[in-house]
Amino acid sequence: MDTTRKTIILFSGDFDKVMAAFIIANGAAAMDDEVTMFFTFWGLNALRRPEKIATSRKSPLQKAFGAMMPRGPGRLALSHMNFAGAGPKLMQRMMRQQNVMSLEELIASAREQGIKMVACTMSMDIMGLRAEELIDGLEFAGVASYLVDADEANVNLFI
Amino acid sequence: MTVATEELKALAIAKVVDARGTSCPGPILAAKKSIGGVPVDGVMEVLATDSGTLKDLPAWSKKMGHEFLGSFDDAGYLHLYLRKLK
Repeated sequence: MDTTRKTIILFSGDFDKVMAAFIIANGAAAMDDEVTMFFTFWGLNALRRPEKIATSRKSPLQKAFGAMMPRGPGRLALSHMNFAGAGPKLMQRMMRQQNVMSLEELIASAREQGIKMVACTMSMDIMGLRAEELIDGLEFAGVASYLVDADEANVNLFI
Repeated sequence: MTVATEELKALAIAKVVDARGTSCPGPILAAKKSIGGVPVDGVMEVLATDSGTLKDLPAWSKKMGHEFLGSFDDAGYLHLYLRKLK
């Protein structure tokens, strides 16, 4: 079978949904598919660096958003049974017990496999997220770039 | 077309991939990483404990253009075999 393209829009910043997106993306890349992941709105939080990054030119509202939103895969909430942050910790423990790759490992594997990860610049502007607050290896683009890739794809997921 | 266990055991193996203990998508990632080191027409053996691999490795083989030969369960883990075709 030929290489095909898969596109995934990651809108959610929920830990479990981000996990699902990266498992599908990694599986597709392992099957020689070209994969584009487009991160928008809450999905951008999965790409944040865990440490605080000093940024300039943020409005007070953007600063507040930045402080309230989770910084990176280790701080994401579960879509169900979050239990004020205890849920993800329990889920991660169960994942380790079952030898499931951690979200951090899945993201690293996605980069290793050459998955194209695109951060939506419009969402970044709204939420005041700067490129330096996000992990390396991203592209920065908008809806047209995603749509061009989607045109060539035979699977498109909105998560 | 799968092959009987005795025939699988008799195959000359070009590479063994140990994906035991990993869960989806671990075995597929391991197969992808290792197939490059297998010569064309060579047989790769994948060891796995995740039962989903019984379905996933044949699917991966088909998509990648390789021939899945078969599998058997032995001593609590799976042995799966495929022939690299290109």
